[in-house]
Parts: sequence; C-alpha cells; structure tokens
Amino acid sequence: MSTLQGSATWRLVKAESTLCVRDKVAPLWGIGFPLILLIILASVPDLRQLVEGGGGLTYFDLYVPVLILFNLAILATASLPATLAGYRENGVLRRMRTTPVGPARVLAGQLVANLAIAVIAMVLFLATAWLGFGVDLPQHPLGFALAWLLAAAALLAIGLLISALAPGRAAATAIGTVLFFPLIFFAGLWGPISQMPPLLREIAPFTPLGAGMGAFQNAYLGDFPSVVQLLTLAAYAAVCGFVAVRWFRWE
Amino acid sequence: MPPVIEVRNLHKRYADKVAVDDVSLTIQEGEIFGILGPNGAGKTTTVECVEGLRRPDRGEIRVLGLDPLRDQAELTRRLGVQLQAGHLPERIQVAEALELYSSFYPRPADWRALLDDLGLADKAKTRYGKLSGGQKQRLSIALALVGGPRVAILDELTTGLDPQARRDTWDLIEGVRARGVTIVLVTHFMEEAERLCDRLALIDAGRVVMVDTPAGLTERARIGQRIRFRPSRPMDDSLLTSLPDVSGVTRQGDMVIVSGSDNALNAVTTVLARNQIVAERLRVEQASLEDAFVQLTGKRLESGAR
Repeated sequence: MSTLQGSATWRLVKAESTLCVRDKVAPLWGIGFPLILLIILASVPDLRQLVEGGGGLTYFDLYVPVLILFNLAILATASLPATLAGYRENGVLRRMRTTPVGPARVLAGQLVANLAIAVIAMVLFLATAWLGFGVDLPQHPLGFALAWLLAAAALLAIGLLISALAPGRAAATAIGTVLFFPLIFFAGLWGPISQMPPLLREIAPFTPLGAGMGAFQNAYLGDFPSVVQLLTLAAYAAVCGFVAVRWFRWE
Repeated sequence: MPPVIEVRNLHKRYADKVAVDDVSLTIQEGEIFGILGPNGAGKTTTVECVEGLRRPDRGEIRVLGLDPLRDQAELTRRLGVQLQAGHLPERIQVAEALELYSSFYPRPADWRALLDDLGLADKAKTRYGKLSGGQKQRLSIALALVGGPRVAILDELTTGLDPQARRDTWDLIEGVRARGVTIVLVTHFMEEAERLCDRLALIDAGRVVMVDTPAGLTERARIGQRIRFRPSRPMDDSLLTSLPDVSGVTRQGDMVIVSGSDNALNAVTTVLARNQIVAERLRVEQASLEDAFVQLTGKRLESGAR
C-alpha cells in the first residue's frame, strides 16, 4: 500500500509540475522575465555602483535576491491561486474526492510543483549572476538557504490563503495581481529599501518580502539572518497557512 | 446475497428546497439499475449521497456494506464514479489523466485498453480542454472504470454524445456488466433506460414513484398499446371508451388515438367493423417508457438528451 501511495503522490507531483509548466505563467513570468531583467540590468553600468548603506554591495548585486523574491511572488500570487481556485471552480477537486487519493494530495502536489520551479529559478538566477556577471554567491550559504525556505513557505502560504478566500478563478487572479505590487515593492524592486522614505523603511522589515530581502542581504554579507527576519517569515507562513487550511473549501 | 447498494429513507434538503424526500432503493449485484426522472427530481442528490459527496439529513446508506461517509477511503477504492459536472485540468492530456488516475487505485484496470474501448486512442495526446463534449464524456466514463470498480455510478452517461457514440457506449456498459460490475445509471434518456436497465426506479419530486423492470413499468402504467387511425366517417368516442380493454381515447385533428391493453386492437377493430367504419392510416404503437412515465407521474421528462 505504501508503494502504491508513494507512486500516486509522485505521479501527482509530476502531473502538477507538467501542468504548471504548460500553464506558462510560472515559466514565463516566474523564470523567463526576471532572468531577462537580470541580463538587461547587468549591462547598465550605473548599477555597478555601491549602494549607500548597502555594506559593500552594488545595486546590481541587490537585484539578484530581489529577482529571486520576484519569482516567489509570481508563483504565490499568480500561478498557485489561479490554478487552485480554477481546480475548485471546475470540479477537479470534487472529482478527486471520489478517488482513493483525495483532494488534499492534489494540493500537496501543486505546492511541491511550485517549490520545484522556485528552486530551479533560484539556482538559475544565482548561477547566471555569478558565472555571467561576477556577482559573488551569498557568503553565508546556510543562512541564505534557510531564509529562502522560509520566504518560499511564507509566500506559498499567502498563495494558499488567496485560493482559500477567493470565490473563483477570476477573483483569485485579481486579488493576486493587486497583492503582487505592494509585496514586491517592499523587496526593493524599484529601489533599495535603504533609500525608501522613513515610514516605508520602518514597515518594510515586517512585510514578507521586506523580511526576506533583509535576510538575503545579511546572508550575502556573510551574516546569519536576524531572528526578527526569520520569525517574521515563519509567522507569515504559519498564520496564512493556518487560516488557509481552516477556510479552504473543496467545492 | 446482500444487496450491493441499500438506501433507506433518505432525506436531503438544501436551504430553500427539499431535494430528496424519502428515497429507498435496493440494488443487487450484477444488475444495471436505472434511476430515471425529470431534472430536479433528486436523482443526482441521491447518488451523491451514495458516493459520500453529500451528507444526508436522515436515512441510512450502505454500499458494499460500507457507510459512504465513515468508510469513504475504502469506498473510493471499490466505487467508480462519473460525475455530471466533474472536470479535469484544461491542460492535462487524455493518456496522462488515465495513467494518473489508474495510479490512485490498488488494482486498476488496463487504462490503455480503456482508451481503445472508448475510441479515444487517437486522442491520447490531446489536452482535455481541446476535446469535444462527447470526447470529454467518454474520458469521464473511462476514468470511472479505470480503478477496476465493483460498482460504477454513471450520472447522465451519454448526454452530449451523438447517436453512434451513444450506442457504442451502451455496448461498452453491457460489456462492463458482463465482467461482473454492478452499474447504477442516472438518466433522463428513455431509450437508454429501456435498452440497458434490468430494473428502474422512477423518481419524481424527491420520491420513488415505482421500481420495476422497464417492461413492468409500462405494463403497470396500463398503456400497453396505442392505436391511431382516421375514421372513414364521424364517430362517437363512447363507442370505444365503453370497451373494457380501452383505457383512453383522445383526438388529434381528425385522428383518433386509443390507448389500452394488449387486446385493445382486436376489440377496437371489431367495434369499428360492426359500425361499418374503416380505420384509415391505422398504426399501432407499443407504449414506451416515456408514456409510462407520463402516465405514472403526470409529468413529461426533459427531452434535452434527444
């Protein structure tokens, strides 16, 4: 029985990954777009200047973790909620309820598929920046890995929450799009956090991507991420995940 | 032998209306059992309770000795389900879907053989979203059978299929039954019920009107024959209504329509001959299940499937 369940779960993960790639949102907007952005930004000489208060990192250096967060944000606000809300709307989850596999493992398959795509993106961005444009890898790899895992958990939990609360696919897409911009703003997509107005600079560390960016920055500079940063990410993951599970409807 | 499915005094109401108002059914191993009734009669709600998708307000259900809610995990392994509205992700390919679903079951059927049986072999690589309505329907039948179930519940089996595909599907279902699978067929399509079902439950307004064989139902409705003709000269209906074998006489333009038992034709022609009336354009029709349904419930079935 355990091998059977193992194979069913594995097949679900495989199927969901394939569907995720065919959906194009994740590969195009989650990987392709930030990768092209990275390459374009690499050719802008001004970005090779040191950021004031950036601890020796250049603007371009900072864009590497920003784009890694961009990838997570796309998966969490565009790819995951639209897919899951669509599954509920179209009766995919209901159909699964009549099979031994149950709908919960379909959700798990979706999460693992998104996580796999996020890992690929992260490795790809780090490698491109490192090998192509001489950006050093994070000096504290363990701290970076932990920060990434918590950031991924926080964002996918937000994605689940959107899927749970949105009545349908269209609403999930709308909520995701609206949420995407403030989220990614606090990662510093349009300028480093250190150069934001004071109020926003105060808020940033307590937003999911602001905390993630802070943790990444520490890891780049060789420090372990701060407890506040990691706890902030963990709290988003726990609270959003809990509410999402409580409110989730199969149909 | 204990029944495969037993439903006793099932009740289910939604916020604004009673969907199922006291339904009891007993379905035996190896039969094709039809649940027939107009839209909104409570057919789908009944089978959804049997499948464990809905919680009944009252009543008891046993499927293969299992409680659909308490033993849902075990039930899903033995029960194949085709939902009226149950879909797949748009971008999954036909073969992928079948392979995926077959991996859910401990002893699955051969999904490649099902692909052939349902005429989907040349669509194996086609995405679900690109299939026609009939192809989606056939895939959903295949998915209901891919787990190698002992019981299959098929809701609106051939809706959306063209006549040829419909007949092919009927053959397939008979083949599945021949392998010992008990089949519950929810339908409002008369020809299908007459052709496939060993027994039928007629459901109307949340209640079981009658359970019998298709022939038994038409017999019980006491409309064995229907005779149409145009009398060669004006005649009085009472000439025929007084006959014991005749149950009704109606007019349609200049045609007279007589319904009655299987002996009605003899009685009618005798009376007409005695009165020197020639029955022009005489036609005799065997009563269909549709007639029986109208007779028993006073309602007409939706003819959407035709």
